[in-house]
Amino acid sequence: MAAARDTDSWKGDVFIVIPAYNEEKTVGGVVKGLKAAGFDNVLVVDDGSRDNTADVARAAGAITVNHVINRGLGGALGTGIQAALRLNAKYIVTCDADGQHACEDVEKVALALKEGGTDAAIGSRMLMPKGMPLHRKIGNFGLNVATFLLFGVWVTDSQSGLRGFTRDAAAKLRLDANRMEVSSEIIYEIRRNRLRLKEVPVQAIYTGYSLTHGQSSLNGFNILFKLFIKKLLR
Amino acid sequence: MIVLQILAGAFALFALTRVILRAKERKMAWGEMLFWSVVWLMMIVLVVLPEASTYFAGFLGIGRGVDLVLYVAVILIFYLLFRLYVKFEQLEQGVTVVVREIALSKLPKQPKG
Repeated sequence: MAAARDTDSWKGDVFIVIPAYNEEKTVGGVVKGLKAAGFDNVLVVDDGSRDNTADVARAAGAITVNHVINRGLGGALGTGIQAALRLNAKYIVTCDADGQHACEDVEKVALALKEGGTDAAIGSRMLMPKGMPLHRKIGNFGLNVATFLLFGVWVTDSQSGLRGFTRDAAAKLRLDANRMEVSSEIIYEIRRNRLRLKEVPVQAIYTGYSLTHGQSSLNGFNILFKLFIKKLLR
Repeated sequence: MIVLQILAGAFALFALTRVILRAKERKMAWGEMLFWSVVWLMMIVLVVLPEASTYFAGFLGIGRGVDLVLYVAVILIFYLLFRLYVKFEQLEQGVTVVVREIALSKLPKQPKG
């Protein structure tokens, strides 16, 4: 038992940031799973949920941070990363609240950071795309192309919610985007700060629940428009 | 035609007085006052002298004065919409900054573990 604790002690430096909006059904399970995997520092950002997301998360053992009104994924991520930095996180990994990510994959991303040699790590579902619905594959690929055209970086899964940063890297990110276009903006920030990026193959878990959440394929156009305007204004 | 000229002219004059009053009360930025004064003045000129638009249109190589007025109006509208959109986005960002401050101010100071 003691030996296992020692090899896992690095997990004490990892903060898992989980942005959540009305996810009372799944966030408890996600938090418990991560704690069971040895991650003590699980930080849930309650983005103005109108259900019991915050209470469920707290009961499962997470640190909770609350937005008084809903700001969107980008806003929640920004707050979560700031909070983790203030609490002296050495590694920050973001994760979805709807159970789309497996705990083993969160650990994979965290390990990629801990092993050194990279400033950021992104879990890519496209490296192991089995189980992803076709319209999502097309939508994701489209957004990958847009991200490349607008920001000059090619990643295989620009919309992945599983991302990891070292402390120094996270401190350099300037995230203005409030909503889902933040995913592509993060890619740009990685490039702008010349951060090293490692892609980690992860599996995509699509339950009936998680399919109704996340981005609709049509929202992709809205995101494209916002990204284009942002690029103009930079 | 005469009725429209009177109505439009009266409206533009009214709008112009609003702008000047607002500027006097300092409710409007100087640049904005200038912009809108020009807009309403131009409208008064066009209403009083419709031939003016024809003159400018010929100058630019466009058929009718009315066409020119419409082209300019549409460009103006697009520009204003863009400005509004940018301001809106900035507002949203501002709100997030405030909401974030509130959220972080309640954070426990001691790091866990």
